[in-house]
Amino acid sequence: MEQQRSLSGSSQSPRSPSSQPYLSVSVTDPVKLGNGVQAYISYRVITKTNFPDYQGPEKIVIRRYSDFVWLRDRLFEKYKGIFIPPLPEKSAVEKFRFSAEFIEMRRQALDVFVNRIASHSELQQSDELRTFLQADEDTMERMRSQETGIFKKKPADLMQIFKDVQSRVSDVVLGKEKPVEESNPEYEKLKHYIFELENHLAEAQKHAYRLVKRHRELGQSLSDFGKAAKLLGACEGQDLGKAFSELGAKSETLSIRLQKEAHQLLMNFEEPLKDYVRAVQSIKATIGERANAFRQQCELAETMKLKEINLDKLMLTRSDRVGEAEHEYKELKAASEEATRRFETIVRLMNEEIVRFQEQKTQDMGLAFHEFAKGQARLANSIADAWRSLLPKLEACSAA
Amino acid sequence: MGSENQGFEEAHLFASREEMENLVLDEPLSNHTNNHQNNNSYSNYRSATSSLSDTTHHPLSPPILSTPAESDPLLSPPLYRNPGASDNNSYIEPPSYADVIFSPFDENAVNEINGLDSPSQSSESSLSLSRSPSSSSDYIKITVSNPKKEQDTTNSLVPGGNTYYTYLITTRTNIPEFGSSEFSVRRRFRDVVTLSDRLAEAYRGFFIPPRPDKNVVESQVMQKQEFVEQRRVALEKYLRRLAEHPVIRLSDELKVFLQVDGRLPLPTSTDVASRMLDGAVKLPKQLFGEGNAVVAPQEVVQPAKGGRDLLRLFKELRQSVANDWGGSKPPVVEEDKLFMEKKEWIHDLEQQLSNASQQAEALVKAQQDMGETMGELGLAFIKLTKFENEEAMFNSQRARATDMKCLATAAVKASRFYRELNAQTVKHLDTLHEYLGLMLAVHGAFSDRSSALLTVQTLLSELSTLHSRAEKLEAASSKIFGGDKSRIRKIDELKETIRATEDAKNVAIREYERIKENNKCELERLDKERRTDFLNMLKGFVVNQVGYAEKISNVWAKVAEETSGYAKDSS
Repeated sequence: MEQQRSLSGSSQSPRSPSSQPYLSVSVTDPVKLGNGVQAYISYRVITKTNFPDYQGPEKIVIRRYSDFVWLRDRLFEKYKGIFIPPLPEKSAVEKFRFSAEFIEMRRQALDVFVNRIASHSELQQSDELRTFLQADEDTMERMRSQETGIFKKKPADLMQIFKDVQSRVSDVVLGKEKPVEESNPEYEKLKHYIFELENHLAEAQKHAYRLVKRHRELGQSLSDFGKAAKLLGACEGQDLGKAFSELGAKSETLSIRLQKEAHQLLMNFEEPLKDYVRAVQSIKATIGERANAFRQQCELAETMKLKEINLDKLMLTRSDRVGEAEHEYKELKAASEEATRRFETIVRLMNEEIVRFQEQKTQDMGLAFHEFAKGQARLANSIADAWRSLLPKLEACSAA
Repeated sequence: MGSENQGFEEAHLFASREEMENLVLDEPLSNHTNNHQNNNSYSNYRSATSSLSDTTHHPLSPPILSTPAESDPLLSPPLYRNPGASDNNSYIEPPSYADVIFSPFDENAVNEINGLDSPSQSSESSLSLSRSPSSSSDYIKITVSNPKKEQDTTNSLVPGGNTYYTYLITTRTNIPEFGSSEFSVRRRFRDVVTLSDRLAEAYRGFFIPPRPDKNVVESQVMQKQEFVEQRRVALEKYLRRLAEHPVIRLSDELKVFLQVDGRLPLPTSTDVASRMLDGAVKLPKQLFGEGNAVVAPQEVVQPAKGGRDLLRLFKELRQSVANDWGGSKPPVVEEDKLFMEKKEWIHDLEQQLSNASQQAEALVKAQQDMGETMGELGLAFIKLTKFENEEAMFNSQRARATDMKCLATAAVKASRFYRELNAQTVKHLDTLHEYLGLMLAVHGAFSDRSSALLTVQTLLSELSTLHSRAEKLEAASSKIFGGDKSRIRKIDELKETIRATEDAKNVAIREYERIKENNKCELERLDKERRTDFLNMLKGFVVNQVGYAEKISNVWAKVAEETSGYAKDSS
């Protein structure tokens, strides 16, 4: 919970040279609203900023999960090439949806999400972010439902990404045109890296989650063992009985300690790992976008060439369709240039992003490891202290 | 080489099988008494027909078992190298403390029973430490090994028919009564059953460790190798427990079993069915006055159930029904209030032990799982480390790989510690399982007592019946002048019967008192030993937890140290 990041904006705004520009956001105060199937959680999003376009210094709005999804989707569409920060998953199990732990985990993840956007030099300038942080609830709801038409495209887009990036074979098999791929060895290496990385991370995250469970299980068994020891102590009586009872009490104390540590482990180690996995998946989506852009560029370039050839032909024959063809050609050329520009922007952005990503992840993981190690050391110390305190009493019993 | 012992052994070696069976069948105890009059007091527990004076002799009186005040044998030095370490700082230095505690532990395990990793382990080490203080020099170390398949050459109609397994039983001891310091025999499981039955007959009222199950179903269903190994382990455990019992360890039955090759003499009856058949043959004779209608005194020292005397069985059954359902109080009741309380308390203890034993198992499993998952996490990060290093395009990746390696190494180390911790925990908490098993022996001893009491009650009832019959006959006879020849004859016969029954009754009472005394002593022994064992278990468990927690803490503290840079940056 100390991971709340209130990072100040990194860009210098030319319009306010006097004070350092800052944009700090926090997602707080989850509240359950609505009933039954329609129930959902709302969050308070507090923005503190001196950005000129923002109503400052402080503004509070109420947002729900689907609003965050809207923000992510809009940014993904608009800022191709940038690794959009990942969102926590839509909840799977109904029962779990409103558990305290889940709600807290989600709140934390949403907070991190918004802050990452707020601290990204480009994304923080976006209209989408401003709308998200500033618009009143009605406006927000309108925007959210308005965009659903475009959202319908999304599944198809995902399918495209899949086809482009993963199954080259099926295209050839299905007799479609040869799949158009970049022949950039460094980029190939990056793609391979990202895909492999996801597998490795997913495995690590799986074990991290299991480790959380093990802590809980050990805690439970210590509690049960403690109770049994106490009962045995009551039966035995005398100093031996007391020894059992105290052992039982210590065992129960440690059980509580273990449950606490399990929670810490979940929040400070397992969740960052899951976040890492999500980030990699976001990169995969960007890779898909890049492939799309590349294909578009290639298609347009080819179409343009064909049009050029056709135009030359028409010009030779002094056809009266030359004017029309010329116009079409000019349009295509502009589109082709635009496609190339878009593609090259994506490439440029991705190169920057990947550097930032690696650095950021080293930081994130370093911190996660630190917290993990600290927690384990603290836990082990508590265990040692608790048991150690019993020894003098046990010695006394033996001596008697 | 005590001459007595040697004679005894030779008697067994050279007596023909038939002779031995006869000896055993007809005079179950006389054989023993002949050879043991000169032995120390232990033999006195076993035979009620030995001199009356013996019953006043406290069964567990000195020579061997003196008061425990002298030393605390289980606290063997290595375990408590820092016992008086009044300053708890000694616990904090992991290398010295932890190493001291954990390397020698194996040698001092009271019950190195769980052959944890490999069978060979359980066959090594582990002195059968007796808790009595004089045992600092006494020991019996028994090992069961080398199972071999053998052919049953007799009784086989089919060539190559019955096969069975024998086990090599090696004993090392410095107890003089054994006459040798190291010896081995080959035994089959059937012999173990025999040993167990003989001990049950001879040591009524004692807490005799229960023998391993026959596991008939398992022997058919399991893989041969697995089953044989399982049995070998169980046999070893059983024999070691016997060797720990201060009285039984010196019994003839055990000695013969451990030292004398060749078939053990058959038990008094081979199985229930043949026993019943024999009894059924006898019954008509008994009913029609030809056979022995009165229980022979020496038979009284064994319970009616499991014997051949059906008539006696019926009588005692009738008595027990009268006890439960009849209006009147039986002639002798269990009056010892202390005993009744103790019995109830034992029942409660058993329940708590069972519960604790179960939870201990669950705890062990949870520790095991923790270690496993920690190890898997470590491995996953090692893979990640390798991956990042191979594919690194940026320095930030290499830095991350280093951090991951640091974490992974620690996780793997911690995983190993958890596993070691668990191995030790199992050994310590096994004491709970042991005592739970002992409860069976306690039940056996208590049921010895109640069946002996039932025998006494039956005989007393019978006596009173006989007396009243005699009275009636005398009254009737006196009315006839000159006497009634047939009635007088009957009265004489009756008086004879009464005398015999009186004898039997006296023997039965003596036996009952003897068993009561055995119960009492065993309960005291149980209390004392249990206290010691449980305290050691608690101490061992706690010391173990402390030591490994410290080791694990150090491992993680290093990682926290090496990654502390990230903490400062973030906040």
